[in-house]
Amino acid sequence: MTNEEKYTNAFCQAFDIDADIAKGLKFQSIEAWDSVGHMGLIAQLEDAFDIMLEPDDIVDLNSYEKGKEILAKYNVEFA
Amino acid sequence: MWNLPEFKDNIAVVTEDGKKFSYGQLNDETEALAAFVPGRCLVFNFCSNTIGSLIGYVSFMNHGIVPLMLDEDIDRELLDNFLDLYKPDYLWLPSDKTTEFDGEIVYSSNGYSLLKRKDEHVYPLYGELALLLTTSGSTGSPKFVRQSYKNIKANTRSIVDYLKIDETERAITTLPMNYSYGLSIINTHLSVGATLLLTGKTLMQREFWTFFTREKATSFGGVPFTYEMLDKLMFFRRKMPSLRTMTQAGGKILPVLHKKFAEYAAKEGKHFVVMYGQTEATARMAYLPSDKALEKVGAIGLPIPGGKIELIDANGDKVESPETVGELVYTGDNVTLGYAFCGEDLGKGDDRGGVLHTGDMAKYDADGYFYIVGRKKRFLKIFGNRVNLDETERLIKTYYPDFECACTGTDDAMKIFITDETKLKEVQTFVADKTHLNFAAFHVEYIETIPKNDAGKTLYSELSK
Repeated sequence: MTNEEKYTNAFCQAFDIDADIAKGLKFQSIEAWDSVGHMGLIAQLEDAFDIMLEPDDIVDLNSYEKGKEILAKYNVEFA
Repeated sequence: MWNLPEFKDNIAVVTEDGKKFSYGQLNDETEALAAFVPGRCLVFNFCSNTIGSLIGYVSFMNHGIVPLMLDEDIDRELLDNFLDLYKPDYLWLPSDKTTEFDGEIVYSSNGYSLLKRKDEHVYPLYGELALLLTTSGSTGSPKFVRQSYKNIKANTRSIVDYLKIDETERAITTLPMNYSYGLSIINTHLSVGATLLLTGKTLMQREFWTFFTREKATSFGGVPFTYEMLDKLMFFRRKMPSLRTMTQAGGKILPVLHKKFAEYAAKEGKHFVVMYGQTEATARMAYLPSDKALEKVGAIGLPIPGGKIELIDANGDKVESPETVGELVYTGDNVTLGYAFCGEDLGKGDDRGGVLHTGDMAKYDADGYFYIVGRKKRFLKIFGNRVNLDETERLIKTYYPDFECACTGTDDAMKIFITDETKLKEVQTFVADKTHLNFAAFHVEYIETIPKNDAGKTLYSELSK
């Protein structure tokens, strides 16, 4: 799996959605992405890329796109 | 209920966008709204942590108008059932939702509107009835707790007393207004002229913390899951100069987290107060004084001022020795009148006479501190919301009569067994939608047959294996 696929898959797993919905998502744009869902998403991302997100990054990760920018800091590269 | 002019120059509310409302302004707003309601009647209040929602609540409570408190995003099907059963005279709701309902808009202010329905005084309201609240997680049951003016005043007084809330406090909202714990924070702060920092943001959002810091919040409340989130955010590394008090209720916090937060509070000179309550007792029944937080990890503490706790064993006798389990029975002026299941029940009087059998099993230690050890009834706490397992089963069976189901599990993780393996995902989504709780709390598993005894009763002990 590419990083892009792994990244999208984390959203799919955390929110029980299809990949095409994941792209473009924002915090609270779907019911599943509430604070509880956010905890699940962080766990999925940390597992997928074997990283530990800093608290500041956890609260800044408020959209699908923003998350990619944040993961770049953890040396996760997207083509 | 509240004497707002008494604190007219104090700031009552700061909103997310920085708007400030003094007690004088809040008084003007609530009086203006009340002028459009001709007298005592039933209103559905669609709650959010916004000034509009708050104005409605305060206005109704101060004018003998009975609000029934609902989440503004309540499932429409459930709401229609409530409307049909209770026939309110008015809806107080976000202005952008008014087109979804029949009725005439008679007043609008601060993003909320008052919608006059066609029904008028359909059901008589008992004289002391002040407020209607759900018992947290809705499973479609139209059950509401009937709270009286005396209940709310008594509980407010007790909480202000033991938490020592004064007008210098600035509480930030972390819980919904239609949830008894969230509401108790509003009630107590308004009663002493303190400030409410109203936000709909969650602690998983940058905006929450910006607001927290900018407005110098002094306290917040949280359910067990709130503290799990704070732990994940490494809250302990933060310097929170304005913060004085953290309270916890809505279920039993993990002892390891209790200890962590108690240690943090002790080190940073703050208070961490574990509390215990139910909507049936207005909000609060017990609290663990913060200076005992480290010594009594896992305890719910002592009865609140004005309340009494007794444990009753299986034979109906009072437990007279430490470390002996019995049902927690609470006596106090905050014990609510009873339940309502339909409009006719709003005329009912006091069913409980000040005594509440909580259904929680507890013990006390040699120093008299209480500990919850289990539950008599089949329910779980999911993210602080009480969700009845039997009601959840009924809900599923009503919509899916073609297969069987049984619900069990632990707090924050309900297990739902169903006998149709093609419906696992559908049932998970269904229950999440109806309860309005995150789907991650519901684990649906296939089972060939539900284990039952000869009498046809589900053997839950078999399912937990």
